[in-house]
Amino acid sequence: MSAVTEAAPKLPTSNPVRSGGRKRGGLNEAHGRWATYLITPAIVVLGIVIGYPVVSAIIMSFQKDAGLDKATGLFVAGGFAGFSNYAHWLLQQCVSATGVAAACPPGNLGAQFWNAFGTTFFFTAFTVVFETILGFWMAIIMNRSFRGRGLVRAAILVPWAIPTAVTAKLWFFIFAFNGILNSLLGTKILWTSDEWASKFAIIIADTWKTTPFMALLILAGLQLISQEIYEAGRMDGASTVQQFFRLTLPLVKPALLVAVLFRVLDALRIYDLPAILTQGGGGSGNATTTLSILVVDQIRQGFNSASALSTITFLIIFIVAFIFVRFLGANVVQTQASQQKGELK
Amino acid sequence: MNKSRLAAVAGVAVFGLALAGCSGGGTAGGGNDATANLTSRGPITYVQGKDNSNVVRPLIDKWNAAHPKEKVTFKEQSDQADQQHDDLVQHFQAKDAGYDVVDVDVVWTAEFAAKGWLTPLTGKMKIDTSGLFPSAVKAATYNNTLYAAPQTSDGGMLYYRTDLVKTPPKTWDEMMSMCSIAKANNIGCYAGQFAKYEGLTVNASEAINGAGGSVLGSDGTTPTLTTDKAKNGLDLLAAAFKDGNIPAEAITYQEEQGRIAFESGKLMFLRNWPYVYNLAKTDGSSVVKDTFAVAPLPGLDGVGASTLGGHNAAVSVYSDHKATAKDFLNFLLTAENQKFFATQGSLAPVRMSLYDDQELITKLPYIPTLKESIDNAVPRPVTPFYPAVTKAIQDNTYSALKGDKSVDQALKDMEAAIKSAGS
Repeated sequence: MSAVTEAAPKLPTSNPVRSGGRKRGGLNEAHGRWATYLITPAIVVLGIVIGYPVVSAIIMSFQKDAGLDKATGLFVAGGFAGFSNYAHWLLQQCVSATGVAAACPPGNLGAQFWNAFGTTFFFTAFTVVFETILGFWMAIIMNRSFRGRGLVRAAILVPWAIPTAVTAKLWFFIFAFNGILNSLLGTKILWTSDEWASKFAIIIADTWKTTPFMALLILAGLQLISQEIYEAGRMDGASTVQQFFRLTLPLVKPALLVAVLFRVLDALRIYDLPAILTQGGGGSGNATTTLSILVVDQIRQGFNSASALSTITFLIIFIVAFIFVRFLGANVVQTQASQQKGELK
Repeated sequence: MNKSRLAAVAGVAVFGLALAGCSGGGTAGGGNDATANLTSRGPITYVQGKDNSNVVRPLIDKWNAAHPKEKVTFKEQSDQADQQHDDLVQHFQAKDAGYDVVDVDVVWTAEFAAKGWLTPLTGKMKIDTSGLFPSAVKAATYNNTLYAAPQTSDGGMLYYRTDLVKTPPKTWDEMMSMCSIAKANNIGCYAGQFAKYEGLTVNASEAINGAGGSVLGSDGTTPTLTTDKAKNGLDLLAAAFKDGNIPAEAITYQEEQGRIAFESGKLMFLRNWPYVYNLAKTDGSSVVKDTFAVAPLPGLDGVGASTLGGHNAAVSVYSDHKATAKDFLNFLLTAENQKFFATQGSLAPVRMSLYDDQELITKLPYIPTLKESIDNAVPRPVTPFYPAVTKAIQDNTYSALKGDKSVDQALKDMEAAIKSAGS
């Protein structure tokens, strides 16, 4: 979000370059009115597809879920809830029938929030690190020119082209107790049930699936680096390792950071892979339950509480993205600036 | 510039608010809808999940030929239970008059009834339920009112290897004592569905009910899990996992993994639904084709209590032609059509007399066993908070079976979680 607000004021500085020859100052009132008309459809569409769901979810998150009228056995509207839905998740508080707030017992979704939070960040950290390292390696291979390069590039992309649901089902069979992996390794690991085995089953499957995406984005960055720089490096007697750390890495950094940002945001909302591969199970039952899986579980038990959870999840991802873009935005600008000045350091 | 951007953001927000105001919450209404259009007739729509074995279409064709002015249209949903549930919820929330008769899983009936979406089958809508399994009728009843017509039923059975076991075990202890035979043959002894999903709720409540306990009390909301009987029941499963009578990998089993293990000769006893019977007899990969049979589930000291499966047919309160809808429910319940469910789709009929039908027994040899199973079956908790209740059972049973927590603690947590669900 902040990328938009920060980048926007900079646009005019680049505009004069492009429209340099034209007359300036021609923006009169009629233009302004036209601009309003032209923008309106976009604003309306934004309002429907972004504004409405967000606002509606926030309103719902302050409503109690429907309760049961003991006399008729029918559901009745819950009424205003204040922050109790948020307390339910963040403080893991459950309100009993008599109105006393207590810690949620195991088996209640409220008891799983921080567990799911930890699991989601655990997956994000591991998958992004693995995918970045492996993706970099693949990108370097794809960047070389050799016979059959087209074939290698296509082959590397195959996992990414398979729909996640299909990937998850494929790995489900691979990880089955009598599956391929256990017979290949000669082990008897319960991949979808043990606490750590199930976590790593998800990480392995996700890494397999998404590394090509990282590789592709990094490859795009690598192809922007001119060969002359490497030639100059070799002339100065830089070893291959030095070339990688002193030339490749700094120059590919902007593309790399964008790729990492995409992956982090993607991994934070991971749903389909664990939902199909382990149904959020493993360990004592919730080792692979991510925030998104928790939201979907809760939707079936009550929309309003689920709205509060979605809002919390949204804020968490927003904060991560904000921190990242702040940090990333500064870097992108710096590197480009220094690149233009020819400072390679 | 800043001002105009602010205005745009404000505009979007106001627009969103306005839209949000339009949408209603998901709570009960239906007081008037439930009593409207009770006598009107006309074309209706029947909604059901994927009709895999082509049962529904021939039945509807038959109905339409007899009722040219009150034709039934078939709306087919996906074959995923969760998607069917969510599709129904969305259409009910939209008060869609286009969903007249809906097919609901037995465990959703109470939820939909409590939301005020199902027409009570009383007064003008009353249907005749004599001759149907009492347990199936109970599963369609909420708050002492019948809200749906039982349509098809289902019960668990014990599949056993006739080459290893001459007479099937009658009680759980007897079955456990036979496990030495399995050990001698180097195969697993017993398995059911123990992965953390709906099947675990089925198996856990079978264990609890089979030992004389119950998940919920007679009022349908108060959990009754911290009793000795419930503990005895769950203890049986936990102990069998501990001493290896249930192989460790069974904690990952859903219906299919168990079936595959049994068909490949790796299991001596398997608790599963009737659909396994024909597959195990005909699958090319099945090595037990001629060496298995079925028996009722074993309980603590006699026949066990299977969990009831199956589907109910209900009339939406928003239907415009409820008299036709009611006739269609009765049509689904006739002996002739119930038999068609069995012969065409291997779906267990809800009409008891059919289980003595010689033609049916020849075609589906497991039918007498299934009857005994459904006769003793107990519906899963009939509660509008079913999603929360099943979650509480699954999570805590799973921990207990894995040995992460004691059976006592698991039942205590289960009880607390079920209590917190209803608030």
